[in-house]
Amino acid sequence: MIPVLRPKVELLSRDYVEKVIGEALGLLEREGVFVENAEARLLFREAGMPVDETTQRVRLTPHLVEDALASTPPSIRMYDRAGSREFTVGGDEVHFDPGSGAIRMLDSVTQRERKAATIDVVRLTRLTDACEHIHFQSTALISADVPEIVADSYRLYLGLLYSTKPIVTGTFRTAGFKPMLDMLAAVRGGAEELRRRPLAIFDACPSPPLKWSNLTAQSLIDSARAGVPSELISMSLTGATSPVTLGGALVQHTAENLSGLVICQLARKGAPVIFGGSPASFDMRKGTTPMGAMETMMIDMAYAQVGKHLKLPTHAYMGLSDAKIQDAQSGFETGMGAVLAALAGINVVSGVGMLDFESTQSLEKLLIDNDICGMAYRLLDGVAQRDEPLAAHLFDGIRPDTQFLTMRHTRKWYRIEHQLANLADRDTYDAWEAAGRTSIGDRAAEQARTMLAALPPNLPDPALQKELREIMEADARSNGGAGLPDLP
Amino acid sequence: MEDMNTRYARMAEAVVAGDAEAAAGLARQALDERLDLQAVIEQGYIPGLRRVGDLWEAGEYFLPELISSAAAMKAALAVFRPALEASGAAGLSRGRIVIGTIEGDIHDIGKNLVASMLSANGFDVVDLGSDVKADRFIDAAVETRADLICLSALLTTTMLGQRRVVERLRERGLRDRFKVLVGGAPVSRAWAAEIGADGYGENALAAVKQAAALAAAKVTP
Repeated sequence: MIPVLRPKVELLSRDYVEKVIGEALGLLEREGVFVENAEARLLFREAGMPVDETTQRVRLTPHLVEDALASTPPSIRMYDRAGSREFTVGGDEVHFDPGSGAIRMLDSVTQRERKAATIDVVRLTRLTDACEHIHFQSTALISADVPEIVADSYRLYLGLLYSTKPIVTGTFRTAGFKPMLDMLAAVRGGAEELRRRPLAIFDACPSPPLKWSNLTAQSLIDSARAGVPSELISMSLTGATSPVTLGGALVQHTAENLSGLVICQLARKGAPVIFGGSPASFDMRKGTTPMGAMETMMIDMAYAQVGKHLKLPTHAYMGLSDAKIQDAQSGFETGMGAVLAALAGINVVSGVGMLDFESTQSLEKLLIDNDICGMAYRLLDGVAQRDEPLAAHLFDGIRPDTQFLTMRHTRKWYRIEHQLANLADRDTYDAWEAAGRTSIGDRAAEQARTMLAALPPNLPDPALQKELREIMEADARSNGGAGLPDLP
Repeated sequence: MEDMNTRYARMAEAVVAGDAEAAAGLARQALDERLDLQAVIEQGYIPGLRRVGDLWEAGEYFLPELISSAAAMKAALAVFRPALEASGAAGLSRGRIVIGTIEGDIHDIGKNLVASMLSANGFDVVDLGSDVKADRFIDAAVETRADLICLSALLTTTMLGQRRVVERLRERGLRDRFKVLVGGAPVSRAWAAEIGADGYGENALAAVKQAAALAAAKVTP
């Protein structure tokens, strides 16, 4: 039997990858990065790097970067809430998670964007939990019905309550890390157990070009020390906050990611780090950050290839759209992104459910995207050899009226080789018309309603619920004390 | 000597081409020759800026051209500023603006675009940079006797801090003294209305129009 070939796409030659890395290392040594965080600068000083305290500029020798690369694990094992199901973030494994940090919800009824409240976050989280092809949860939506100061911990609180999947999150304030870590440790039954079985990934975004803010550097340090994986989200905009060429953007991206990786390794050797990002091909007309542009996806795929070359787990923001409603654009941008990310073997792919750059989440889109992810996974499974021979034996004694529907071979393989459509329309015209002439958005909305009514609550045990609530309430109390909304 | 119209045309052309060196060079020449600076600005440089706006509207110019032209205009105005201030001439000043990116956010591309366009269009811009605390916006506005405060945020997470500035203005009893203009990728008209800002700039050009309207409407105490 011939082993199956996993389909794969690479955009860069080996020479190109090495050139990007070489220029990035040169850039870090010559110009360095700006590090606002005093503790991070101290770590660099202790590592013998030249640090200018006035300009907050730190220069990194290639040797330091190479050391940091050597101590960064090539893959990370994430675990679900129960601590039993394991997910490898590394190799060519692909895990989709909802695009994170949306502030608005596309209302299912009005199809207009509005602010999100607790109920929306809960719905989105529960649906994500039920989506087969979306392996990870993320704190995808910011709830506007809690004080802004605790918006970061509150979204994690809801994520841990209503979902069993590993979760991608991040802090909005340096003080946010502690309550968030406490919640994660509570789920695991202790900080050591959390270190052993990571449940959450913390995103940290450098500011282009080549700056680490106080908040993001602190997140790297705190996460590294707690054994929580950091996902580095470089987000350059071509021609605005980075060089305009794709190759130029790659150099900056690589330099930013490598500097973040060094901060993590200086904080704690062996800290898990993911080489990620959310760059965009800056729109020179609108001044916007299109995530659905082909060039955006090309930068993503190319830096992921650089990350793989460096033997690091990878991440990208792909499989999302700049459209404002479910339309052809939302489908083609998401479809292309998800498929290309899968073909590039990117380990964590954030984006599903997301519309309007990175501002809005939609329940309907989440379900449509779940189908897209399912198709992407099917593609990755490739064209397998199921039989020996492939088919010659199926034609023995062929006659003019031979058909395959009743063959045992068909019955044996059709469910494995082929996916049935879920939301995509494969009706005849008449059947489609008789069923109410619905769009995929209509069908997704209907499916969301049905699922939310039927899904089991999937809450953790009452003692843990109480413990999480207490941590969350204490955080809210120490930040002005407004009460938290009742949960649905 | 070159006739004045040709000279004005070269000034306009420097702005249209986004050539800061040429724009400043022509400005220094005008200064040395003691030309009427008000006339030079109005008949030389402003028509160039207007032409850039037209090219933008026509879809021929994109952000790199627009912002380079703004930089050229700014370079010329910087040459004139000391002389204009010394003579007490109005120059082009349409008001003073304190601008910055909100606390927690060190992304400043959007803010820089808007600040460039405001300067080029004759506003006196005090740029506080990025990661600016609410009270620092207000303190700077009081100190510089500004007319407007412009708040930028790129991240959905930091845009929430724009509300804080408006709240602090109210708490400090200064809300009526300054107009507040908000902008940034995640910011919408609805958000501006919700937090009680006076205006919202969808892009750099819209921000200039809004600022001009707000500055004109404002009665300085």
